[in-house]
Parts: sequence; C-alpha cells; structure tokens
Amino acid sequence: MDLDALLRCVGTTSCVVTQLTSGMIIGMLLFLIASGVTLIFGVLNVINFAHGSLYMIGAYAAWTFYQLTGSYFVSALGAAVAVGMLGILFERVLMSKVYGSNVLMQLLVCYAVVLISDDLIKIIWGPVPLSMGMPPEFRLPPIRFMGGVIPPFYLFMILAAMAIGLLLWLVIVRTRFGSIVRAAAINGPMVSALGIRVNLYYAAVFGIGSALAGAAGALAAPVRSLTPGMGFSILIESFIVTVIGGMGSIVGAFVASIIIGLTRSFGSIGFPLFVDGVMFLIMALVLIFKPSGLFGREHR
Amino acid sequence: MTSTESRRASRRQVLKGAGALAAAGVIGAPAISKAQTGAIKIGVPTILSGRVAILGQTSVGGLKVVFDKFNAAGGINGRKIEMVVRDSKGAPQEAAKVTRDLINNDKCEIILDAEASSAAFAVQEVIREIGVLCIHSNSETSSLTADPKLHVPTAFRTARQGIHDAIGGGDYAAKIAKAKGLKKWATCSPDYAYGRSNTAEFMEYAKHFDGNIQVVEESWPKLFQPDYTEVVTKLLNAKADAMYSALWGGDLVAFIDQANLYGLFDKQASFMVNLGDYGVVDQVKQFPQGVYSGGRYNRTVPATKENEEWYQNYVKTQKHKPTNWSWENAVAAEFVVEALKKTDGDTNGKKMAEAIKGMTLRSQFGTKGTVTMRAEDNTLIDYIIGYGVSLSKEPYVADFQASAWEPIIELEKQWKKKQGYIS
Repeated sequence: MDLDALLRCVGTTSCVVTQLTSGMIIGMLLFLIASGVTLIFGVLNVINFAHGSLYMIGAYAAWTFYQLTGSYFVSALGAAVAVGMLGILFERVLMSKVYGSNVLMQLLVCYAVVLISDDLIKIIWGPVPLSMGMPPEFRLPPIRFMGGVIPPFYLFMILAAMAIGLLLWLVIVRTRFGSIVRAAAINGPMVSALGIRVNLYYAAVFGIGSALAGAAGALAAPVRSLTPGMGFSILIESFIVTVIGGMGSIVGAFVASIIIGLTRSFGSIGFPLFVDGVMFLIMALVLIFKPSGLFGREHR
Repeated sequence: MTSTESRRASRRQVLKGAGALAAAGVIGAPAISKAQTGAIKIGVPTILSGRVAILGQTSVGGLKVVFDKFNAAGGINGRKIEMVVRDSKGAPQEAAKVTRDLINNDKCEIILDAEASSAAFAVQEVIREIGVLCIHSNSETSSLTADPKLHVPTAFRTARQGIHDAIGGGDYAAKIAKAKGLKKWATCSPDYAYGRSNTAEFMEYAKHFDGNIQVVEESWPKLFQPDYTEVVTKLLNAKADAMYSALWGGDLVAFIDQANLYGLFDKQASFMVNLGDYGVVDQVKQFPQGVYSGGRYNRTVPATKENEEWYQNYVKTQKHKPTNWSWENAVAAEFVVEALKKTDGDTNGKKMAEAIKGMTLRSQFGTKGTVTMRAEDNTLIDYIIGYGVSLSKEPYVADFQASAWEPIIELEKQWKKKQGYIS
C-alpha cells in the first residue's frame, strides 16, 4: 500500500488528468466487450463465455485488413462486420442449440469454441505475437492538458467507444427493432405469436454483441500485442463489469466499466499489489448488497 | 420454444460457469504423444498454447535441430531419440502432472524441462522424487540451481541465469548511467519469480557499480497483462531518468506500443533485457530510439560462420526464426547427446548426471567457443551475454558489448554468500 503516493497524485492536476484519462481508456474498451456480453445475456439469457475469442478474432481480422488495405478505419469497420457475421453463424449453428440448457452445457460449447479458435489463430497467423503498430494518422505527440498527458489515439478510442455505446442504446431504446428485441427478451413466444420471426432477432442480437467484441478487438489492435489466447484475460474483467453493472444492463456496463477503469488507474499508484483484490471486492460488495447489480433488474 | 423465464440462468450459475471457465483456462491438454518401442523417449513439458506459445514452439525447434541430426546419424546402439512434447500452459500444477505422466505413463527416460520459471520449480520437485535426468532449458530464475536447498543431483540448467545477466547488465547500465547522469531509476517487470528476482538482481548490481543510482518507482504488471496503460502513466508520473524492464515476448511488444503513445521513451533511457529476441524486436512497429537491450539470440552475436550456419539451418528446418529459448534448448539437447555417448546409451539418471557434471562442449553460443556445465551447482557458464543498442532493422543490435565472465563468477560468489547459499 502506498496511500501517500495516491494522495500526492490526487493533489496534483497533471497526475489526476493522466490517471483519469488512463482509467477511461481501460474502462471504455472493457465497456465495448462487456456491453456485448450483457446485451446477449439480457435478450437471449445465454452467457457467451466465448466472447473473449470474438474480441481476439476482431483484433486479428483488423490486423489482416490493415495489411491488405492500409486503412485503419476500413480495417476496424471490416473487423466489426466480419466478427458480427461470424457471431451470427456461431449463434445459428451452435448457441441456438443450447438455449434453455443448463449453463454448464453452454459453458462446454463456448469452451470448445475458445479452444478451437485459439488453435485456428495459431495455425493461420502463427504463435508469434503480432503487432499492428500505430496507424500513421495517430502517430502524433501526446496532447498536454492541465499538465496531464493524453495520447490522441486513446482520445479517439474513448470517443469511439462512447459513440458506439450511445448508438447501441438508441437502437435498443428508440427503434422498432429495439422494441421487438426488448419484447422478445421478456416473452419470446408472445412476440413469435404476433408473427415476428424471433429467431432472426436473436441471431441479429448475437451478431451485434459479437460485432461489439470485434470492434473492441480492432480498437485494441494498434496498442496490444496479438497472441492466441489474448481474449481470455479480458473476458474475466468483462464478466466482473457485467456482474457489477447488472446482467443485461448496458447503462450498468458503462458505469461499471468506468469504476473498474478508475480502480485500476488510481489503484496502480495507491495499492498496486491489491488492484485485482479491490476489483473483486467491489464485485463481492455489489453481490451482497445489490445482487442484481447496480443497474440490473431484480429477477423474480 | 422454451420460455424466457425457464431459460433464465441464475447469478450463481453464471459465477459457477465463470469459475469453471477460469479453471479450465489453466488446465492444459496433451499435445503430442507418440510412443515407439526401442526409442529413447525424452519428455518435454512446455508451453504450446496461449500468449507464450512461441516459447514452446522455438524451444522444441532448438531440440529438434540437434535430435534430428543425432537420429539421422543412426542414434546410439540402434536407439533413436523420440521427443514427447506436452502442453502445460505454464501452470505449475499442470507442469508437475504432465512431468509425472511423461515419466510414469509415456515411459520417458529423460526430461527436458522447457517450462518458464513459473512452472520449472514444480518440475524440479517431481525430478527430486523420481530421479531421472532433467535439464531446465528455459527457467532463468537464479535460485533454481543456486539455492542448495533446491538442489537435485540429477537436475541441470542450460538456460541463462538471472544473476549472470544482472551482473553483466548492471555493469553495462552503470557505465551509461555515469556517462549520462542517470540517477533516478524506475522498474517495470512481470509479477512472478523471474521478473521479481531478475529486476532485484539487476538493480542491485547497477547500484553496486554506480552508487548514485536509486530506484524511485517499481511497477509489477501481471504476466500476460493485456493493458499497460496504468503502468505507463505511473512510470510517467515517477519522472525517472532511466527504466529497467524484464518484460518479455508479446507483453514487451504491447508495453512498448502503449508506452510510445505517452512518449515515455523520449523522457528516459530504457534498458530491456529481453528486447533482443526475434519475434519481439522485429514485431515492434514504432521502434523507440536508443533503447538498450540484453543479448538474447542474434545471428550476428557472435558474428561467426558457425552461428550464421546454425541460424540458416534452423530457419530452413523449423520455418521460423530462432529465439533465446532455441539456443538454450539446443545446448540442452547437445548435453544429452554427449552424455548418452559417454554412458553408451544408458539413460539412468545418476549415470547421465555424472556424465554431464562439469562437461565442456564446443558451442558457437560460448564466449570462447565452448560452454561448461559447472559442477558445483549444475548450471551453465561461459555462454555469451551482454548488452547493446537496439535497432529497428537487421541486425537489430549495434555496439554489442559481451560481458567478461571472470568478474561475473567472482561477484556471483559474493552474491551466493550474501544469500546464504554458500559459506
């Protein structure tokens, strides 16, 4: 514990600005992944334990598109779309077969996908870590703000993640598609009885959730090394976010992501050896005092 | 269709599932298992999956180059060597289990432990019980062979040793620190046995050679951590003159990419012991200027015909570039082959150990064209270590300065006394 260092940091504008943006960066990437997990759970009631693999595939797809096109924006968009389509395939061929099954059956299917995708990545791209490198448009000196340091790419990441989150929220809350999805989440058979092909909506939701993971992978690709199995560690954190925010709540995932991001950012200064412990402590406290999560609906 | 309510998974189920997934993630699965009567079976527990699969792949590559040559020459007494390689994912409990399986079920007579330090200690304890010959080819944590309490008579190490790198690197760093006035240092190394001990030893010897050096910040990111943002900003806030890092593999590539965004390398000198590996140095896209790197494996160090031939042969047969792990494993395989020749093919652990103890081999990886398995602590000496300035293109290193072994041996003795390993 180095609480003196934490107090010194909190008392310095430059440190606060740097750590705040650092927390937002960590949080927003987590948000993109966790929002996919929570969306799929909220509508389909399945826990996609293979979500980390979709994030990994998104990163590798972005790397490949970048090699082919040289355009980061095209690569990011292409990766999100490709992973979204892969997600639909995954849902139709595998996940739809285990709807209503025990959660351990879902876990088994997902774990098989995790192992297969890790090995396929190794076969196609090799075991050597790959690096996309920073696209030229972002190779700029860091922005100085109130003494703090903010890299331009990270600013883009934060804004992109926020924009995607806002778009997702608008689609779910303000569109006909969103209304049907929300209705299907509450009572699928009733929606089906109204002549709506619910299965198509389920596949679309799974595809959107997967595309979010793909987008997160593409956003991470320029700054994280691409290795087989890279999705595993981020999946654990995204589950923490999902549990804290409330299973099925996108707003909850947003708030919880920021909480986790700031915990890691300031925790690395004040309690560097206990950052993970604090994250799990927050999760435990939420489970004790508000078991449905900060923004989750109570299950009856 | 099943109704939504009946499909709803409880929170407890979710947490159970997440827990089971986490457990599954650390439990490995057998990778290659081929049995062949008559062959000398050598078990190789290593990491073949996940973020450091490159460790296993290039370790096996180093072993194969030597064993394929041995087999092509007819083996010994008609017996050829067959490797049985298994994936432990680097988890200590799995490495121990895999090693037992290799010996008890696959009937392996020798173990070449190509694990990272996180699992090598677990393998060492299995060897203590069973007593077959074991060569640790990747673990660099000094205590594995330096601490007499951990000593196992049939276990050896061909991996470079942290304390050797620390003394050589500390000397090199101190000279630069004196010349450039680098007094305030920060560290950033992975939070496990290797990262902790390597960093402590490096800084100890940097301070030994330059008394003005002081450590003002320490960061211990987790092994395989995907994001280093909070670590980078912490280092930035420390405003140190220089930084030492023992990060390696994909972790190091990610750290450099992320630190570049904050301009960290413009603000301080950086010493990275593991930057020199192929698969790392050639993956960094925005290469920071003036970073000092430890010598791992490089085709130009030493710049000899033998080394270039070995590199070319490795690339041709294994279809990828060799790493530091490749030469360490190639040397381990050479020791096994030479010991088998001495024992006339007898793989008895004691006999093999007697043959290897104190053995000197001709090797292009040695400072004087040879490497020696030191008898007193079963560890390799006289291999090439040193530091140089990293480059973004071939040959990836400039001004390489090889460390002299005499002062390393002398200071290592003092270090062992200080640790209570010798009196």
